[in-house]
Amino acid sequence: MRAALSRLDTKGSPYLYIVPFFLLFGVFGLWPLLYTGYVSLNDWDLVDAGAHTWVGLANYSELLHDSYFWNALGNTLSIWVLSTVPQLLAALWIAHLLNHRLRARTSLRMGVLLPNITSIVAVTIVFTQMFGRDFGMINWLLGVVGVGPVDWQANTWSSHLAISLIVAWRWTGYNALIYLASMQAIPHDLYEAADLDGANQRQQFWRITVPQLRPTIMFTAVISTIGGLQIMAEPLLFAGTSTPTGGSDRQFQTAALFMYEQGFREFRFGYASAIAWTLCLVIAIFAIANFLLTRRIANEE
Amino acid sequence: MTLIAERTKPAPVVPAKSRKRRSGYPRRASVWTYAALLAVLAGSVFPLYWTLVVASQTSDAVAQVPPVLVPGGHLFDNIARVFDSPDFGPALVNSFIVSGSVTVSVVFFSTLAGFAFAKLRFRGRKVLLALAIATSMVPQQLGIIPLYLLMAKLGWTDHLAAVIVPGLVTAFGVFFMTQYLGRAVPDELLEAGRVDGCSTFGLYWHVVLPAARPAAAVLGLFTFMQAWNDFFWPLVVLQDNPTVQVALSSLASGYTTDYTLTLTGTLLATLPILVIFMLLGRQIVGGIMQGAIKG
Repeated sequence: MRAALSRLDTKGSPYLYIVPFFLLFGVFGLWPLLYTGYVSLNDWDLVDAGAHTWVGLANYSELLHDSYFWNALGNTLSIWVLSTVPQLLAALWIAHLLNHRLRARTSLRMGVLLPNITSIVAVTIVFTQMFGRDFGMINWLLGVVGVGPVDWQANTWSSHLAISLIVAWRWTGYNALIYLASMQAIPHDLYEAADLDGANQRQQFWRITVPQLRPTIMFTAVISTIGGLQIMAEPLLFAGTSTPTGGSDRQFQTAALFMYEQGFREFRFGYASAIAWTLCLVIAIFAIANFLLTRRIANEE
Repeated sequence: MTLIAERTKPAPVVPAKSRKRRSGYPRRASVWTYAALLAVLAGSVFPLYWTLVVASQTSDAVAQVPPVLVPGGHLFDNIARVFDSPDFGPALVNSFIVSGSVTVSVVFFSTLAGFAFAKLRFRGRKVLLALAIATSMVPQQLGIIPLYLLMAKLGWTDHLAAVIVPGLVTAFGVFFMTQYLGRAVPDELLEAGRVDGCSTFGLYWHVVLPAARPAAAVLGLFTFMQAWNDFFWPLVVLQDNPTVQVALSSLASGYTTDYTLTLTGTLLATLPILVIFMLLGRQIVGGIMQGAIKG
């Protein structure tokens, strides 16, 4: 009897210990995402689960003809490119700077990470204040060199630029630390050999450091794609009001924000779910494309 | 540049040992490296410093050109004004409850799962671990509508449970603890425990949990900060019983935004995280960098 119990303990315990994770992910992560597909095939306007009618693909065909959706998708891609590309390049550069023998090493690393530990809400509020049209710090600085003032919220390009800066500010340091960790794992003799061959530091950076970071760069590119295409809090708060339209002409409404607007302001759950699934597909395509592209670029180095 | 200067120094002056260090890797930082890093640092810190500046001024002072660049003496008046808005105090309490309970739970369950993945033998271990890690790539934010419908059905809208329960254990936590326990707990120790008649849970409680303490601390910090900063889901599901981020966002979305008030709120909402970061930032940096190498 005791032996049987003990056998049950050794055989069963591992599964018992990992079950909470899979259960929770299944119920609150995977199931909602799959069920979104079902909701998207319905006209579903009320929280009450009984009050919906099957409409097939009607939400999707409406979506494909909805200029607000294409606008939001375009804004999402624009903000994603503007924030991700400079961000990862800057992170690479900062990691390179940190990868020296330094005084106050830990403080410098902490300083670089500081933006990442502050909340999206806090960061966006502060930057929105600094991007203020009349009394904002940034317009004042631009005025000193004779530019502006810019009404940052008013135009497509300026709002995309401002939002991208907010996103990039929050994530550059985090990515820099990830690159730094991988840089430290590069064997030193590669650099010693390059020194002997007379390669200068710039050549060593592009010929040794960057190729060696290939898996890490691919990882950060894919993660930034998955995160970057879901951006909604920054454009929501950047508007300075509680209307989720992303500016008066929807000039900076992202796809996720459009989903939020349709779902939780218009209460069109079916339509919002169609947006969610379409965005999901877009994210998958871009993540895979990005993975293949960065792998190829890195291979050519 | 400096590197060349160092090397051309007359050899006899430099003791052999320090000369070896000088040509070693990573290279020694030049003045330019420090200058560039200080510029990066200034860029990182300035928005937070600016929050303090605005939070300690009157509204009139903030609307000046050129802007005032040093803190004023009105911080405590502004703090009092923030707490006059009925939501903010309870929202802070809510955030502490949510973040605290999520943290305890994530550490407990992640260590449990990490123990199983790192140290126990069972069929399907590798596949299940890969599956658990893959779940972190799923854009869960996009499942928010059924999640909301589910919470409505459970009667959890405007209840903290709606935010706490989905966060009780995370893929990152499981992965992080699996990595750590694989290195930190010797198999001999577990075998010795078995010989002494420990059950599997006994091993977890008496051997694994104590050994996991350093990693558990880092995971706990991460989790607390993440839960504290979480915004989108609480915004949707806790309209009338907000967390501090949601309360802050409604402070910032009035018809005319009072920035001294809003940035004082921002300062208050960021302070707990800042305190944690000041005390334990070294561990947090270490945690991110370790996760990166293994990941």
